Amino acid sequence: MKHTLLLALACLGLGAAHAAEPKTGSALPALGGLLPGAPLPKTAGKVVLVDFWASWCAPCKASFVTLSRLHQKYASKGLVIIGIGVDDEAADHQAFAAKNKAPFTLVHDSQHKAAGFFNPPTMPSSYLVDRKGVIRHIHKGFKGAKTEAEYVAEIEALLAE
Amino acid sequence: MNFATPRAIMNLRLLASAACASLLLCSCSDSLVRVKPYERGNLANPLMDNGRDPLLLAMTQHAYFSREAAFGGGGVGGGGCGCN
Repeated sequence: MKHTLLLALACLGLGAAHAAEPKTGSALPALGGLLPGAPLPKTAGKVVLVDFWASWCAPCKASFVTLSRLHQKYASKGLVIIGIGVDDEAADHQAFAAKNKAPFTLVHDSQHKAAGFFNPPTMPSSYLVDRKGVIRHIHKGFKGAKTEAEYVAEIEALLAE
Repeated sequence: MNFATPRAIMNLRLLASAACASLLLCSCSDSLVRVKPYERGNLANPLMDNGRDPLLLAMTQHAYFSREAAFGGGGVGGGGCGCN
């Protein structure tokens, strides 16, 4: 019976681990704890866009043009974009960052701590967070102008709140 | 049926253990076996693409078609002469 109880507890533990991943309506976790030592910008009271990308992901490269445009348009109004790279090799991350010259913050999640916590459903995935630190929208993938239009509408609504 | 006999208790325990084990394995299939989207760097490498060399691909397909012509090669038809 003891073994049965242990098995049941293990099942519950695994279930709880799945339930922990951020969803729409949940609070943005402290990124500093997931990305120790990374140079993160201040996000208190700001609208935050957390984007997971990788150098081997073609749509991620396409999304950088849009994210750069959004940064230039909305950074002064209170938008902070944080691009979290999930490449295994630091050299790949740095080469991609140097080539694409993103004006927003890029950090490297070399240990996949942040990616493991957020569990992004596809690459790229992004999480749009309101000024109170609540995840309001989750974008799966990047579909060019359609996604950009969604970003613009959602960011403008969150900045106006 | 008497559920208080040692044999019945043992059977119930086995049943409960099997139920828990199946639940555990169901969880494992999702969290441990599948490659996560952010772990697909190696799979996205161009070297992983079978069709990266058109000449090699054409030769492989030709050899396959000739060898397997008896049932139509890679297509749906074929007479089985193997004379390509």
